[in-house]
Amino acid sequence: MIVLDWLSGLLLLAGGLFVVIGGIGVLRMPDLYTRLHAASVAETLGAILIITGLMLVAGWSLASFKLFAILIFLLFTGPVAAYALANTAMLGGVKPDLKQGDE
Amino acid sequence: MATTLFGVITLTLVAITAVATVMAKNLFVASMWFGIFSLLMASNFFLLDAADVALTEAAVGAGVSTVLFMGALALTAEKETHSTAGVSWLPILALVALSFALFIATFEQPVLGDINAPVHQHVAPWYIEKTPEFIDIPNMVAAILASYRGYDTLGEVIVIFAAGIGVLSVLGFRPKRRQEITGEQLGKKLRGVQHHSILRVVGKLIIPVLLLFGLLVQFHGKYTPGGGFSAGALFAAAVMLYGILEGADRSALAMPEKMMLKLAALGATLYTGVGIACMLLGGAFLDYNVLWSNPVAGQYLGILLVEFGVGLTVTTVLILIFNAIANRPTYQA
Repeated sequence: MIVLDWLSGLLLLAGGLFVVIGGIGVLRMPDLYTRLHAASVAETLGAILIITGLMLVAGWSLASFKLFAILIFLLFTGPVAAYALANTAMLGGVKPDLKQGDE
Repeated sequence: MATTLFGVITLTLVAITAVATVMAKNLFVASMWFGIFSLLMASNFFLLDAADVALTEAAVGAGVSTVLFMGALALTAEKETHSTAGVSWLPILALVALSFALFIATFEQPVLGDINAPVHQHVAPWYIEKTPEFIDIPNMVAAILASYRGYDTLGEVIVIFAAGIGVLSVLGFRPKRRQEITGEQLGKKLRGVQHHSILRVVGKLIIPVLLLFGLLVQFHGKYTPGGGFSAGALFAAAVMLYGILEGADRSALAMPEKMMLKLAALGATLYTGVGIACMLLGGAFLDYNVLWSNPVAGQYLGILLVEFGVGLTVTTVLILIFNAIANRPTYQA
């Protein structure tokens, strides 16, 4: 049990770290597409790690199954939403920032 | 302690998003802020253990109304028009005074979770004590909503029905001018864009799951958080997703206006009808005890039927409003 607790804590911490990295990325990246890339890190890897960590705490229970369902739902919708956003931005004429070394 | 901390964080974010919503000049941005606002409110409700309200707020506030805002924005301009009038100080002064008065009033309020607060001492103990005996369902919120406060909920259903009728009558008004682009033409244009196939495939995977979850929320609402209002929003969200992916003309075809209107009226009638049936069986209006041989089963049946009526009306009215907004002809400038 203690191993599971430690493992879950580690996963939660790693997940939280990725979410924070994603948040920093959204703020720091130069244009919409790279920001989206940063946000995707938080919503896929972060979500996987955090929910797996929570599932380890919940054990074999209904809560675990619900968390698993949420994870599947997030894995389906998150990337698709990111794709839709990037696609719409591209169609709407938002150009990627391709300047290099301008500072 | 943790609850208080998270509550402070979410409420601070709520205040920030509220200001951002008002400050945003672009109405598209403002409606996005509004969606975030609703989601934060939902998480705050959840922190306060009001899971039923949180579910409804998330489904209606962050989901359905954002879609309706988008639809309405497609019909109007995206930018806010600047009024030429100068700053009027009287309303600002009144608002500042009112906020100050409210701020002072918060000091009189009981602390969060205070057991001696009037709200925990008035009728709540009676509900907690008597619900297992009278109604015997685990989710006390459903018992209060559909049975003890059945009159209030009936009023809400009638309000929703009236709102649907009101929106329809406003949107039915069509000025004849310029060249119209009907919903059907828009739908054809949308379906012509083939590279949205990822969205359409994933959307079609999600729609049945959404409907299934709606059914769970509707009929399992006596045991777990949920009920007619949140289930209705979920059903409507599934139809809206279909409309967004395949064109609103298709969703209007699948959910025809006449049928939806009849079902919306049926939902409200079912609710009222249960009440009248109680009267015919010798009880008071919405007194479910008389519906079955023993009072507890009667309450159970009454709540089931009434929640179904609520769900029916909410679903159909939201679908009606979505279809009416999304299919209203736009005009070429």
